[in-house]
Amino acid sequence: MKYAYYPGCSSHSTAKEYDHSLRAVCSRLGIELVEIKDWFCCGSTPAHSVSRLLASALPLGNLAIVQKMGFKEVVVPCASCFSRFKTALHDLQNEPRLREEIGQIIEGNWGDDITVYHPLQIFSEEPQLGKISSLAKQGLAGLKVVCYYGCLLTRPPKVTEFDTCEYPESMDRVLRALGIATLDWSYKTDCCGAAFALTRTDIVLKLSHDILEGAKSVGADAIAVACPLCHTNLDTRQEEIEKTYGADYKLPILYFTQLMGISFGLSSQELLLEKHLVSPQRKLEEVKQHA
Amino acid sequence: MVKVAPRFSEFAEAVKTISGLDVNLCFQCAKCASGCPVSYAMDYTPTQLIHAIQLGLTDLVMNSKTMWLCASCQTCSTRCPQDVDLAGVMDAVRIIAQRKKIKAKIPEVPIFYRSSLRNIALFGRMYELGLIATLKLLTRSFTKDMGLGLRMLRKGKLNIFPSFKGALAARRIFSQVKAREKR
Ligand code: SF4
Ligand code: SF4
Repeated sequence: MKYAYYPGCSSHSTAKEYDHSLRAVCSRLGIELVEIKDWFCCGSTPAHSVSRLLASALPLGNLAIVQKMGFKEVVVPCASCFSRFKTALHDLQNEPRLREEIGQIIEGNWGDDITVYHPLQIFSEEPQLGKISSLAKQGLAGLKVVCYYGCLLTRPPKVTEFDTCEYPESMDRVLRALGIATLDWSYKTDCCGAAFALTRTDIVLKLSHDILEGAKSVGADAIAVACPLCHTNLDTRQEEIEKTYGADYKLPILYFTQLMGISFGLSSQELLLEKHLVSPQRKLEEVKQHA
Repeated sequence: MVKVAPRFSEFAEAVKTISGLDVNLCFQCAKCASGCPVSYAMDYTPTQLIHAIQLGLTDLVMNSKTMWLCASCQTCSTRCPQDVDLAGVMDAVRIIAQRKKIKAKIPEVPIFYRSSLRNIALFGRMYELGLIATLKLLTRSFTKDMGLGLRMLRKGKLNIFPSFKGALAARRIFSQVKAREKR
């Protein structure tokens, strides 16, 4: 299997560990990711809050490169980028005026027949799901995990076409294939405050606090995530949240790809586990000892 | 979908021109406000804001905090029984306010948009440290998050230097969009 790969800006900074662990597990699964040549930012929230045309043109400009490289499928691991790509394609199909304008901005074909995948959509289906369970060797059975999907993978469903929007299960399926017990909980798709991290931190603190509280109340040992923004808010802000609300969590926030990698027996250097501000090492040691 | 008698408000028309969305489909059921994670911090709930747009209360809408505090989480758009893409309406309201150069009730939010876009237009990919520095200058919040920023730097979560890969193509798109929107 071979896909074009759009890492997204955070893959070089706040979410290096997501990029590294995704590449590592893909190579174990025999999935080849070919990075888009000279890709650029999808524009994220600032673009769609300032100009609809810009918000469409940035993702479609990247898809034009995918097309040139001869690919029909692209993997986009950041939930926010994924949502921008899916929205641009959706708007293109539904707004003739936009199609005309984009045609004048982007040279050549921007490829509306390109399919945009989040890695969970590939991993949670056969044949990958079966392969994942056959590669799982490190016993993580004792680890109780809640899967946090956040906003933009699932919503709005007619755009993202991802799983079931109010109660998704694809990440749970992947982690269960590794033998991890995933728990039911109420905050799977609640908002973490997303892009307010640098402006209205108070909102991030409140919303992320609700999520951490929800995870704690069902007895989770860790939260699995699929988005760099969610990770930053829940991991790097956790200490501040604990101080603000007088709480004590120390809940490791792990990318689902890191859990896959641990289970496949990859080293913590390969998965960059030491990058998290809330260290997962102690919890992982405990679980291994009990296994 | 329930048909609602058409009303005319210039503001609703402006929203439609930008986004193609029809606010008059809203029948004020308040489902959007009940599911909105940020409505607790807004001065008008999303339901009230869309009503004000229907009525053409331009000043009230332009001076509200609501659109700046909207996190674009898409809950309202997903759940609306009338299929109103309210997150899209919020985008349109923000765009109108910025075009009219309205003094925003939550000024740091549009400053964040502008600084981010300038950053992308320059580097092609987001250069976080540059963005943080610009934001600190523009919002005069020098000490905020200093400790956290340093910890992230030590963890190698923020790059000291920007990348310029993809900058040319991105810059072309920015200038083309700007040229079209001027007309
Ligand atoms: S959910 Fe839809 S119809 Fe109901 S108040 Fe909100 S926008 Fe109007
Ligand atoms: S998109 Fe904005 S208005 Fe709608 S529910 Fe989310 S935060 Fe509230």
